[in-house]
Amino acid sequence: MLLNTLLLALREIRRNLMRSFLTILGIVIGVAAVITMVTLGNGATRAVQDQISSLGSNLLMVLPGQRLGPGMPTAGAPLFKEADVEAIASQIGGINAVAPEVRAAVTVVANGRNWSTSVTGTSNAYFETNNWRIAGGRKFEDNEERAGAAVCVIGETVRRELFGTGSPLGEHVRVKQFSCEVIGLLASKGQSAMGRDQDDVVVMPLHTVQRRVTGNQRVNTLLVSLLDGSDTERVKASLTDLMRERRKLADNEDDNFNVLDTKQLAETLSGTTKVMTMLLGAVAAVSLLVGGIGIMNIMLVSVTERTREIGVRLAIGALEREVLLQFLIEAVVLAALGGLVGVALATIASIVLADVMQIPYLFNPTINLVSFLFSAGIGVVFGYFPARRAAQLDPIEALRHE
Amino acid sequence: MTATVLSRSALDGAPPARGMDDADAAAVAQGTPIIRLRGVTKVYGQGQAAFQALKGVDLDIDSGDFVAVMGPSGSGKSTVMNLLGCLDTPTSGEYRFRGLHVERLSRDQRARLRRQYLGFVFQGFNLLARTSAQENVELPLLYRGQRTAERHRAAREALASVGLAGWEHHTPAELSGGQQQRVAIARALVTSPAVLLADEPTGNLDTQRSREIMDLLCTLNRERGITVLMVTHESDMAAYAKRVVHFVDGRVDSDWRQNSAPRIDAGRGDT
Repeated sequence: MLLNTLLLALREIRRNLMRSFLTILGIVIGVAAVITMVTLGNGATRAVQDQISSLGSNLLMVLPGQRLGPGMPTAGAPLFKEADVEAIASQIGGINAVAPEVRAAVTVVANGRNWSTSVTGTSNAYFETNNWRIAGGRKFEDNEERAGAAVCVIGETVRRELFGTGSPLGEHVRVKQFSCEVIGLLASKGQSAMGRDQDDVVVMPLHTVQRRVTGNQRVNTLLVSLLDGSDTERVKASLTDLMRERRKLADNEDDNFNVLDTKQLAETLSGTTKVMTMLLGAVAAVSLLVGGIGIMNIMLVSVTERTREIGVRLAIGALEREVLLQFLIEAVVLAALGGLVGVALATIASIVLADVMQIPYLFNPTINLVSFLFSAGIGVVFGYFPARRAAQLDPIEALRHE
Repeated sequence: MTATVLSRSALDGAPPARGMDDADAAAVAQGTPIIRLRGVTKVYGQGQAAFQALKGVDLDIDSGDFVAVMGPSGSGKSTVMNLLGCLDTPTSGEYRFRGLHVERLSRDQRARLRRQYLGFVFQGFNLLARTSAQENVELPLLYRGQRTAERHRAAREALASVGLAGWEHHTPAELSGGQQQRVAIARALVTSPAVLLADEPTGNLDTQRSREIMDLLCTLNRERGITVLMVTHESDMAAYAKRVVHFVDGRVDSDWRQNSAPRIDAGRGDT
């Protein structure tokens, strides 16, 4: 009986292909939207996590200013000094490397080409704290660091923009008023979590930048990478104590600096993307619901349109529940069909969009299955009312219907 | 398929409701009428707007008879057909079909009774559009839960018996009116019903096609022993029947039997 009813429903769907397609369009879009949103959201979360770990798996960033927002220095809060780096390196245990960082926006010129980028003044320890690999050439020599020699290590993007396909090693680039020799090339890291191109960077010894670019002795940020297995919270605490002491803060004064840790940052950011994913998924789920109402709408029209047919079915001996089941199954089959097409569409859309957005495509079986079952469930819920209306028709009235 | 096979399968085929078989056996054995109406009334609406469509009808119809039901519009002939077809129940009175009290049956029980014993032919054919003749004829069998191969075979035979062999895969739109009505008759026949109810079966057809359809109904009545009840307002068509019942104002006005074989020039005056 159930098989026969299924057969009847399929026959009915086939009989009205165009209308069937329009009926399921809402469900198709709804299911596709939910799955695509959630899949892309998961991909974005994964991308954020990946890129933060590429920043240095266990990195502490010491920034000046009170905790107002990540990296926003409060007016008046003093920057750091080069001596802070040595103090941290010698007085705090469990750390792997400490590097100062000064950043400035500059235009670099070479081969008659301009490129606007940022220059980072730091030490060799920076390559360690920030997980940079040298793809070619070398790091700084000790005497270059001390003397503030005009040498630099450039990122992949800067190399491409200035030298095209050629090797930059031994070439000179002009930064502001001085010429600077390219001694090394960084291995590419790609885009950061916030969409910034991490390879768009020129690294120079700290003294070089201080003297020739910023013109002062200050350090913007201190980067501290931890040894594997050391306790982040304990290091953070002793780092805070040391900096308070060095910055001569009284007990009743708030910190005028801020210690961020990448793990925490990763959690915060991926938490944000997860919330976004849920929100987008919820919006898409509403569209799925609207798709369900579309099915109810069309099914009601279909019942009215097929009143005579229902009358014939009842007259030749269809039971009330057989007519109910036929229309219900028709709605469920339609909705499930829509779900299936939606899953297929979502897979294509997710793969394409993930590629465009440069985030990984993560197939999520749960959301696919849940969306599909939900669409079938929508068929049951929204198909029931029209089906009941069809089943309860009076055969005599139905046969008379024009 | 022979008449004996048909009538046996009608009796032996999956019993639609418990207890019906015993009543059948008794009714058939004693030669009592297959249909018996006693004091049947039907009132539509309530209070001021109430309309009494049937005002006490007594009617017996024997198995194997061919009855034409006639009467002006509003005379109650359609109402009585709906009651006889078990599509509706009387307001009061008694309707026994094969000894079974139809007025006491539920909606679903009446559906099972229709599915088992009755075949319907409508004025407007009422075939499913965009559906082949074969599939249209198979429809009642689907509700009986018959197997696919059995359905196909029965539908082909039914179509052949109305002279439409080779037309199985045509949709109603591709068939003439006469052919559509043949498909509808095949659909009514395919379950080997005891009674065939035809509501103005020739109302939408020209004279030539009408005669063909009437000849077909006569043949079915004569060769397979199917009881035929037909509503018509054309005396030409009523002339094919063995018995003519006239309704006027919700009552049986006249009821006579025509003794000779069907003929076209009946010569009976219009009522």
